[in-house]
Amino acid sequence: MNPFSSGTRLRDMIRAIRACKTAAEERAVIRKECAAIRAAIDENDHDYRHRNLAKLMFIHMLGYPTHFGQMECLKLIASAGFPEKRIGYLGLMLLLDERQEVLMLVTNSLKQDLNHSNQYIVGLALCALGNICSAEMARDLAPEVERLLQFRDPNIRKKAALCSIRIIRKVPDLAENFVNPAASLLKEKHHGVMITGVQLCTELCKHSPEALEYFRKKSTEAIVKTLKDLVNSPYAPEYDIAGITDPFLHIRMLKFLRVLGQGDADASDYMNDILAQVATKTESNKNAGNAILYECVETIMSIEDSGGLRVLAINILGRFLSNRDNNIRYVALNMLMKAITVDGQAVQRHRTTILECVKDSDASIRKRALELVYLLVNESNVKPLTKELIEYLEVADQEFKGDLTAKICSIVAKYSPEKIWYIDQMLKVLSEAGNFVKDEVWHGLIVVISNASDLHGYTVRALYKAFQISNEQQESLVRVAVWCIGEYGDMLVNNIGMLDIEDPIVVTEADAVDIVETAIKRHDSDLTTKAMAMIALLKLSSRFPSCSERINNLIAQYKGSLVLELQQRSIEFNSIIASHQNMKSVLVERMPVLDEATFIGKRAGNIPASLSTSNGAAINLPNGVSKSAAPLVDLLDLSSDDVPVPSSSGSDFIQDLLGLDLSAAPEQPGNNLAPKSGTDVLLDLLSIGTTPPVQSTASATDILSNQEKSPTSQLDGLSSLSPLPASKFPAAVSPTIDLLGGLAPNVASADENGSVYPSIVAYESGSLRITFDFSKTAGSPQTTLIHATFKNLSPNIYSNFIFQAAVPKFLQLHLDPASGSTLPGSGNGSITQKLRVTNNQHGKKHLVMRLRIAYKVDDKDILEEGQVSNFPRNL
Amino acid sequence: MIHFVLLISRQGKVRLTKWYSPYSQKERSKVIRELSGMILNRGPKLCNFVEWRGLKAVYKRYASLYFCMCIDQDDNELEVLEIIHHYVEILDRYFGSVCELDLIFNFHKAYYILDELLIAGELQESSKKTVARLIAAQDSLVETAKEQASSISNIIAQATK
Repeated sequence: MNPFSSGTRLRDMIRAIRACKTAAEERAVIRKECAAIRAAIDENDHDYRHRNLAKLMFIHMLGYPTHFGQMECLKLIASAGFPEKRIGYLGLMLLLDERQEVLMLVTNSLKQDLNHSNQYIVGLALCALGNICSAEMARDLAPEVERLLQFRDPNIRKKAALCSIRIIRKVPDLAENFVNPAASLLKEKHHGVMITGVQLCTELCKHSPEALEYFRKKSTEAIVKTLKDLVNSPYAPEYDIAGITDPFLHIRMLKFLRVLGQGDADASDYMNDILAQVATKTESNKNAGNAILYECVETIMSIEDSGGLRVLAINILGRFLSNRDNNIRYVALNMLMKAITVDGQAVQRHRTTILECVKDSDASIRKRALELVYLLVNESNVKPLTKELIEYLEVADQEFKGDLTAKICSIVAKYSPEKIWYIDQMLKVLSEAGNFVKDEVWHGLIVVISNASDLHGYTVRALYKAFQISNEQQESLVRVAVWCIGEYGDMLVNNIGMLDIEDPIVVTEADAVDIVETAIKRHDSDLTTKAMAMIALLKLSSRFPSCSERINNLIAQYKGSLVLELQQRSIEFNSIIASHQNMKSVLVERMPVLDEATFIGKRAGNIPASLSTSNGAAINLPNGVSKSAAPLVDLLDLSSDDVPVPSSSGSDFIQDLLGLDLSAAPEQPGNNLAPKSGTDVLLDLLSIGTTPPVQSTASATDILSNQEKSPTSQLDGLSSLSPLPASKFPAAVSPTIDLLGGLAPNVASADENGSVYPSIVAYESGSLRITFDFSKTAGSPQTTLIHATFKNLSPNIYSNFIFQAAVPKFLQLHLDPASGSTLPGSGNGSITQKLRVTNNQHGKKHLVMRLRIAYKVDDKDILEEGQVSNFPRNL
Repeated sequence: MIHFVLLISRQGKVRLTKWYSPYSQKERSKVIRELSGMILNRGPKLCNFVEWRGLKAVYKRYASLYFCMCIDQDDNELEVLEIIHHYVEILDRYFGSVCELDLIFNFHKAYYILDELLIAGELQESSKKTVARLIAAQDSLVETAKEQASSISNIIAQATK
């Protein structure tokens, strides 16, 4: 006999492992055991196979790899005896899951065991099938399981019923085969069969509307009667839990009734009495009773309207909410969320209790309550609710502040009755939890502030005060304060635009500069804040001539900064102050007011689109696209700090507006970003950055790059950052002021250089058509701009629409964000997306492209692929 | 539907895992790590539910062991607590006042019992007695098989002497 396999018994191995004092020791023991088991497997040892598998299961549970034992499971299952099969099936369920190919090998054994004469072996096979079967196995073995639903022993019938649930989940098409046998299970008396039968029927209804219709007609009556019998049944020791006969069966039947009653007045009507009886008669002093009440309330809320029952249900929830048991309060909050759509008024009555729950010591309850409060807010109660929440923000746990802040910001933005209130509340949030405020939120705040021209003075003074009071660094408060002081500093010192509610404050110009100086010198300010402070200083130097000298010195201090961005700004601003007094005042004028609607629209619309294009392209396609998609990401991600990529597309243009375009470009040499790094600072500086600096600004760039000879020669240092092939572009020197006026239209016209190429249908399937329109940028024949239009020809709406493209190595491809991610059906409406292809072998090779389109219809993911080879030949 | 069942000791050691939804090996250890971190750190008086990745973990502590079942957002949390208790009572009856060591050395028995209680993440049997009876019947099948095997090997051993 093999010296290894005789080895240790299972019990001894577990003891040995438990005796290990260190992880290393444990690993050594396991290694030894695994080696012995492998040796035994190689020897094809029969005697200890089941023991070895048991050991492997234990080792697996500790988290060590055990894939080498998978075949042993199959061998044990294939052996004749019950003990071997029992352990084999257990191993199969533990060591494998439905995605492993090995599992397919067991299909035949399963089929034999499902037909075995020993009912316990049949039970084992059903159990394994129910727990891990894959779609293919489900298809193969469905007839066996269907037959077993009528097996003589009820314990097999109940297992077969649950196994059928799994089969239907894997292959919904099979549902119709199970309807009739499932219906007959409902007539049984055995509780196990009833429970599983009811569950099977519920599952069938979910997958098949015909089944739902069938059960509604045939079974509603029977279920109501069975439930009635159950509720009124005398004490049954076998099923009794806390004085209730089989609460599990109660709950499953209530759930089934919910499915039957939903959307059907007759069925709902029929179950009214029994629901009322359950709701009033069930004892609520034990968990089991409460579980039934909870289920009953949910059923009442979901079925068709019956006023009386709903009052009953809401009262039960009210009782739950004031219960001392945290579990009960939790489920009450959970259910009130659903009740709010049914009877908002009734839920509003519990508002004070719910607000108390927001302050609970239990994180789960707090979270639930906060979600609920969020739903409770409307125009009439937004003020008191926000007040409560903000007050609580002051004392909330650190880990809860993030959630709470996000919700408050969202409530305030959604329901604010007037701007001044919105600004007040946001300032409070910023001072309390500025570090938890998302970038979009404070960007949004700045947009609102800049739009509210009558509140500029009020806001900047309030921020000044808040800044002085705040003792710890709240990053976003500092940023907003610095931005406002930069823009509206003169209003701060002169008390311009006083409102009646304000007390006048005395602020000197030096005080205002102090604030910005604190912000820039604080060691924990991050780059964005410092850069914003730098801009604010530049602006103040024009607004406060008396402090100009001091500001100049402050800015000059960063000339030697190791952070490139600050150094660059410092040098540029310094030279503006020093040698361009005449144009400075024009340069640092107030930001143009940003249209709120555009901002909101852009934020809402573009975020998902850019997420899908950039992520999708970068991750999924191997064909050179991932490389060329990276600059796109950079382009969008202009803020260089912790802003996640997806959110930046919506916010980038506001970031331009704020002048914090801290491009990451200099750190990424060699990518196509070079032109941008030269322009962005100028764009900011000239306050015309409302157009995102996408790559199509080529013509703008060439104007700028020729500036070396133009009056603004102080920017020499800047252009050395960007190794631009300036000579390539025709010189178009124009005076700076023209630039100011003319840049934005230039950008737009750049891609409209008449399309001389015919449009093509790049891809067409039964339901989707993609057309490409082409145009060229003047001066670069290699580059083609493609304007892709997606049309949905099917009647269904496509959501999460993602278009991806891949090109061979001699091409370079850039995808701009799509115009949306939802494609309405029947061809009315389309999504457009711009692509830019650069052909490195222009004139030698023609364009080709491979496409992949992913979208969702009715919650199903669809993937289409195609190749485009009918491009016009000379692109 | 119950997506998985976990038994975790107070020290964070895994005592039993049962997966009814497909999770890869890597995801499994991540799930266990995340959930045990969340559950073990919760105070004793708090509610027994933790929201986690769009699902809900319902857990209950019995002596040194945490029993945890992860369910869908709209399942009945209170009922799952009752299912956990149901399982514990059956274990208790089978082992005779069960303790953690029983579940360590007889982990396979704990699995067999769970398999009589749940299939496909749904409840199978509401009677403790029936589960106990089925397990006993299968255990005795194993015993008879063992006896037969040993008697046959005895016969063979004697015959070859």
